[in-house]
Amino acid sequence: MSIDLSQFYKLFFEETAEHLAEMETLLLALDVAQPSMDDLNAIFRAAHSIKGGAATFGFSDMTDVTHILETLLDKLRKQEMTLTVEMVNAFLEAGDVISMQLARHRGEGEEDTGAVLAVCEKLARLTVDLPVSTKPAVSEDLSYGLFTETAEEQAKQEDEQGFGFFEDIPDPVADAGAVSPQSSVPVTAEKAPETAHYGRRAIDAEGAEDVRTGKRATDKMVTSQAEATSIRVGVEKVDQLINLMGEIVITQAMLTQAAEDETSENENLQRSLHQLQRNTRDLQEAVMSIRMMPIAFVFSRFPRLVRDLAGKLNKQVEIRMVGESTELDKGLIEKISDPLTHLVRNSLDHGIESPEKRVAVGKNPAGTITLKAFHQGGNVVIEVSDDGGGLSRGRILQKARERGMPLHEDMTDQDIWALIMEPGFSTAEVVTDLSGRGVGMDVVRRNIDDLGGRVELGSVEGKGMTVTIRLPLTLAILDGLSVAVGAQTYIIPLNAIVESLPGYSADLKTMSGGHVVHVRGQYLAIIALHRIFNIQTKITQPEQGILVLLEANGKKIALAVDELIGQHQVVLKSMESNYRRIPYISGATIMGDGRVALILDVAALVRINQEVSLREAA
Amino acid sequence: MQSTAQENSAGSHSPAGNNEFLSFTLGKEEYGIDILKVQEIRGYDAVTAIANTPEFIKGVINLRGIIVPIVDMRIKFNLGQVTYDELTVVIILNIAKRVVGMVVDGVSDVLSLKPEQIKPAPEFGGTFDTQYLMGLGTVDERMLILVDIEKLMASSDMELMEKISEK
Repeated sequence: MSIDLSQFYKLFFEETAEHLAEMETLLLALDVAQPSMDDLNAIFRAAHSIKGGAATFGFSDMTDVTHILETLLDKLRKQEMTLTVEMVNAFLEAGDVISMQLARHRGEGEEDTGAVLAVCEKLARLTVDLPVSTKPAVSEDLSYGLFTETAEEQAKQEDEQGFGFFEDIPDPVADAGAVSPQSSVPVTAEKAPETAHYGRRAIDAEGAEDVRTGKRATDKMVTSQAEATSIRVGVEKVDQLINLMGEIVITQAMLTQAAEDETSENENLQRSLHQLQRNTRDLQEAVMSIRMMPIAFVFSRFPRLVRDLAGKLNKQVEIRMVGESTELDKGLIEKISDPLTHLVRNSLDHGIESPEKRVAVGKNPAGTITLKAFHQGGNVVIEVSDDGGGLSRGRILQKARERGMPLHEDMTDQDIWALIMEPGFSTAEVVTDLSGRGVGMDVVRRNIDDLGGRVELGSVEGKGMTVTIRLPLTLAILDGLSVAVGAQTYIIPLNAIVESLPGYSADLKTMSGGHVVHVRGQYLAIIALHRIFNIQTKITQPEQGILVLLEANGKKIALAVDELIGQHQVVLKSMESNYRRIPYISGATIMGDGRVALILDVAALVRINQEVSLREAA
Repeated sequence: MQSTAQENSAGSHSPAGNNEFLSFTLGKEEYGIDILKVQEIRGYDAVTAIANTPEFIKGVINLRGIIVPIVDMRIKFNLGQVTYDELTVVIILNIAKRVVGMVVDGVSDVLSLKPEQIKPAPEFGGTFDTQYLMGLGTVDERMLILVDIEKLMASSDMELMEKISEK
């Protein structure tokens, strides 16, 4: 029986995680004074679905918690009771506990029975003790309430401290899973029998699971049928589809090329090929859109994070989210959540000042963190901004000097802000348990670099700062310009190209043996691709070829190539799966003629001549 | 593809089990490799060179949508005539979950060897380090140098794989 069921576990875990997330979102948005019936009903439904699912699979510990939760919600729903802030808090905690239990069933993390008991008791107390009244419940059972409160508080804190700085913080699942065993220490004497009792129930229930299963399963099916507007498909299947799509794009390009080589003016063939090209492009977009998800999947966790952290730091912080429906690749969604979490925490911890300090400088005591996402060109732009203290030029310079980082007098603000993304740099005055361990921004930048994106910092001291992340729309396809050097063809990602400069010989200067070019008041180092890659080519002097201006990480270079060939949409292929990383190459693709072309790693190319270009640009 | 996993353990020393070897030549020497490691044999064409790599790494090819590196064993081991024409043979290997192509002088045949036909290789400063040899096979008058191709390709000498070759 259990073997049969286990194949559905994954589905249950996913669904439950979704229900929990939905519940949390609704709870956070709930207006305590005038809760909307729809929302309460939706929360109830989420809790009920979790309960039904848990019972089906025999996770009776989860059933127990959700049952109590559901009972209270039901009373609220029927307006037998009035919602209080404390209830919302208890609901959120219950959500955490269920997440924790879920994590345990998944085989990640440990369950903390203390926290489970505390929440159950809290909920039970709220259910029983509060008839229609708006009074907070603490007064009702003072000693008991306080005790629960402290145990709870303790658990909460342990849990926060357990947070590694830049660890994987997927959602409250891990959050609650990280509760250390210590948190159950205060829950001793009087709770012990109950702990044992709960433990026993869990064991008993495992034996009894089969009995309940049937009824609950039907229960569940009714609920899920009603909302079947989407289907769940394994990521592998989608990836396979995308791979095949890539092959079709290549094949189509081959056909087009073959037809161009044919001198015969076969109009029918040409028309069909055009049609094919259009269909391929549409199909490609449709296939790619399967993987696209709204960024709300990442953003949705932040209201809770901000709420909890702001409370802990005694700050008043509001979070604003703009453009949550902006879509980007699923792979990116997963990888962007850690860096974003980090940035939001940074803003909370270092950016937003304490209410007193804010009032003193004439700001609204409540700070605002804004998360914004939008499409720009072929990129997704995500901005994390706060109206806090901003970066301090002086403090960064001082810190950089202490760390012996290379500095010079007239660095631009951009250059200075970039310093905080160097490894081992942190400007936090106090090293808090939230951030300030100096493993912050460099990790963010590295993560974003790995995704083919860019990080830009903007800051006004006293007014706040903005971190802008630019990401490609997808990891699988890239717009590129193909260039020739000798007999080789390379692809330059289009988003890194500023412009190409033919016929610039007048602006060419030499400097200590190397070439620089003078473009719009800026001297840029010229990097000859044939020299980096040791390629035999007839064009050895930069003025014979073409310069392509590239930009990455806020730095520019001029790349000398023999000629530009054309613009293509290319399918990214990994070099590493069968070979290894190659310097200055970020990947490979297959061209229309079936040959492999290597894609240049612009970020690495820009780094070669960093010193030179910096000195020159200043 | 499917054969690699179970061969990992068996392939290294004991030539027991499946004893079929693909024989190929490098110069005047005849070599044998476990047939189960061979995915296919193809011609040499459309290789994209990679800058700043050892000379024996010829570059990468597109093998039905995957990028496969090509190693020229003739250059690596300084054997045979290094020419590339329509007769040049590339053996596509499937080793350690990777696909690698190697250029050899020619592929002869598939031979079945009984355990008694395989003798340990003498400690000898030959072309291949003895650690990459599974032994010497005898078929009539021919001597086959049996190479543990997986071990060889994964070695840092070949500079094909990241974790071993880096630093």
